[in-house]
Amino acid sequence: MIAMVRHARYVLSENPVTGLSFALFALFLFAAIFGPAIAPYNPLQSDAANALQAPSAAHWFGTDQLGRDIFSRVLVATRLDLTIAFSSVILAFMLGALSGVAAGYFGGWTDRIVGRLADTIMAFPLFVLAMGIVAALGNKVINIVLATAIINFPLYVRVARAEANVRRDAGFVEAARLSGNGEARVLLGHVLPNIMPIMMVQMSLTMGYAILNAAGLSFIGLGVKPPDAEWGIMVAEGANFIQSGEWWIALFPGATLMLAVFCFNLLGDGLRDIIDPRQRT
Amino acid sequence: MSAIPALAVDNLSVEFRTRSGIVKVLEHVSFSVGKGETIALVGESGSGKSVTAFAVMGILDAAGKVTSGTAMFGGSDLLKQSERDLAELRGRELSMIFQNPRTALNPIRRVGQQIADVLVRHGGATRADAPKLAIEMLKKVRIPDPERRAEAYPFEMSGGMCQRIMIAIALACRPALLIADEPTTGLDVTTQAVIMDLIGELGRDSGMATIFITHDLALAAEYCDRIVVMHAGHIVESAPSQTLFADPRHPYTAKLLAATPGETASLAELVSIPGNLPDLRREDLPACRYSGRCERLVGRCAEPLPHQTIGDRHGIACWNPL
Amino acid sequence: MLKLLLSRLATAVPSVVGVLIVTFMLTRLLPGDPAAYFAGLAASPQAIAEVRTKLGLDKSLPEQFVAYIVDLAHGNLGNSLSTGQPVAAEIVNRLPASAELTLVALFVAVAIAIPLGVLAAVKQGTWIDHLCRVVTTAGVSLPVFFTGLLLAYVFYYLLQIAPAPTGRLDVFISAPPDITGFYLVDSLLTGNAETFWSALKQLALPAISMAIFSLAPLARMTRGSMLAVLGSDFVRTARASGLSSRTVIFTYAFRNAVLPVITTLGMVFSFLLGANVLVETVFAWPGIGLYAVNALITSDYAPVQGFVLTMAVLYVVLNLIIDLLYGLVDPRVRLDA
Repeated sequence: MIAMVRHARYVLSENPVTGLSFALFALFLFAAIFGPAIAPYNPLQSDAANALQAPSAAHWFGTDQLGRDIFSRVLVATRLDLTIAFSSVILAFMLGALSGVAAGYFGGWTDRIVGRLADTIMAFPLFVLAMGIVAALGNKVINIVLATAIINFPLYVRVARAEANVRRDAGFVEAARLSGNGEARVLLGHVLPNIMPIMMVQMSLTMGYAILNAAGLSFIGLGVKPPDAEWGIMVAEGANFIQSGEWWIALFPGATLMLAVFCFNLLGDGLRDIIDPRQRT
Repeated sequence: MSAIPALAVDNLSVEFRTRSGIVKVLEHVSFSVGKGETIALVGESGSGKSVTAFAVMGILDAAGKVTSGTAMFGGSDLLKQSERDLAELRGRELSMIFQNPRTALNPIRRVGQQIADVLVRHGGATRADAPKLAIEMLKKVRIPDPERRAEAYPFEMSGGMCQRIMIAIALACRPALLIADEPTTGLDVTTQAVIMDLIGELGRDSGMATIFITHDLALAAEYCDRIVVMHAGHIVESAPSQTLFADPRHPYTAKLLAATPGETASLAELVSIPGNLPDLRREDLPACRYSGRCERLVGRCAEPLPHQTIGDRHGIACWNPL
Repeated sequence: MLKLLLSRLATAVPSVVGVLIVTFMLTRLLPGDPAAYFAGLAASPQAIAEVRTKLGLDKSLPEQFVAYIVDLAHGNLGNSLSTGQPVAAEIVNRLPASAELTLVALFVAVAIAIPLGVLAAVKQGTWIDHLCRVVTTAGVSLPVFFTGLLLAYVFYYLLQIAPAPTGRLDVFISAPPDITGFYLVDSLLTGNAETFWSALKQLALPAISMAIFSLAPLARMTRGSMLAVLGSDFVRTARASGLSSRTVIFTYAFRNAVLPVITTLGMVFSFLLGANVLVETVFAWPGIGLYAVNALITSDYAPVQGFVLTMAVLYVVLNLIIDLLYGLVDPRVRLDA
């Protein structure tokens, strides 16, 4: 553990960008928790007199076609965007890690069924599959979460399966088995906790992709419905004004979205360097 | 043995810059090899044998840096040549054979083409007649059915066959100097002998100088005229093979000989050398890098190493030799 | 090579079966009554019942699946609710627009990513290496629809050097005769420089938006595998043989390093086909992505289903081509098959 902390410090000092990503992450977390409380305006309150105002001291990010304050909307949207991404990543982790570990540990039929399932998902261009799933299940936020989880499922299965396979015959697993634990107990109590660090890296690496995916779906009108504030849909609303030069409506939510994805990608790389230095590129 | 050396390395020092500090991998290394002569560089892994070869060839890693010394070859200093001029010499005048022949060949290029590449680059062969010359080389290294084998990929061949291909590549342009870095490691014993005989024979025919890098003293004694013993980046002793075996003077050489299974020694008599190579990153490396493991340590051992020659080309670097 | 082709075709079969089952399942997952869904929002109970019989929704699932497969075999993907047109014909009409965009984007991405990755590896630690790092990390973070909008704003609104981001051609220029369906190719074939130029200008921004997005994984993989190969034993052999640095880097190192890059192309296509939808939406590009998005908005399900199926089948075929390409470069795979 101490070695890990020292290694973490080393990685951070070697790569200040990772430190920056941790700071950004804290900022996004703060916005997600306190966003609605600290937003200067009501994000849903329209104000026809002040529509399409460029950024100013009163409206840092300007106002949209209904006169709503874009800064407040971007701030408040953080919670929804991160919640969608977090929930889908956690769902993907639960489904993927469990079935992946079981596949790697038991092998045989379990492995074949899980593998076939993952392969079938991978046979689709992932965003297209997500579109199809949301369209079929219904145009709701919960289905965006589900679709994003499903397209991330194979990645988790692959990592969990490989790690469990390596550990199947490890000493500590053998010891747990010999001391009278059932297979399920060995799996959940001993194999799964052991691959947690690597799964954590995987989760932070897929967070960025999950945010992008969810925003992409709402950009084409799936899931989140107006007037709710969400980065993807705000960019879509702003798209109509780009050609007439009102750049701020799309730019600020888009840039925030980009920053969030960037932050999670860097965070994932940084975590990987700390937890799993072998994978460094 | 010849009076004019093909290669004379003098006072060669090499450092590696790593994250955990500067490693002095080679220090004041001097030796020479005459035309038609075969010498062996012998030592444990990490003693600097391969680094010596890479430095001479000019193919050190980017982290490695030559800090002093000369390597005179055909009237010019290899260490001062530009990369461009060196590339002209490599493969034509000086060649190298590596260990692990299976990974040392390009996995997705036909072996005939790999030989032809060198021929076209140096031998003045055209793309059109290079394949034929490549097949000639395959015949020379006694690969059966050379026409068909030239079309094969390395993964379709055994380790011994791959090493023959390596030899064919190295000798394609009849170099004046060949460096063979553990050419038989990983091959079975019969193949080892065949490969060594092949190198010896092809070298003799053309008066080529050969530097043979190995950790196997017995093999070195069998095939080499002279043996140079390295320890932790220093040359500790060098002598004609028979002299070295009959009369080792450096304590390390003596231990190394005692650790070598020969015809006279049974396995039970084998002695292992105590201790490990010193950490070469240390700032305060002792003058004699063997002193930490030596049983004959005396007061003077802390002083800079002497380089003395005794008898017929027998050099040692030790204050208290046997 | 034929053997390789057959063995790869065999591995593609389960993928296709999986795709068919999933796209079939998707229609049965529709919330509520699928018949009502297909009949449209304002349909009378009678109309719904009619649709149910017509679509065979009153039969058992296996029977429905067989009917679905038979329909597909006849090239029947159902009809669009809003236009009444057969979905298959519509997709065939619009496919060249999407394909042209995707292929040009891929070409741009490869043309930038591979030299960048190779240079970054060969000149490790220099500015070009740092540039490569920035591009690879930033590239995957860019939401493709946002990049598209940004490019449109800068090059159309501010600089006014790009045409309006609407469609494949300027409104005053007529489309070239339909030969391949690719405007760039067709206009060249008929020697119509004006159309070619207009098509190219319209294509530039959407293609670049997509290329920026897919460039990152390619450059990252090229750099990584090139670094690994440059440190390998056989490159050392090549250098020790005095081969020119051009031969060492291209003939020896690059051909080996390109293998994992070819594998990455699979992922890149997954990215590109998905990004297609978003970019077509931003640039009003009349491809199958925009068709699907428009259908989504009006809850017109048959086009969406046809779109998902088409994309998945295309993706399976592309992966098959990637596998064969890999076999062409790597003799170990070719001779193993």
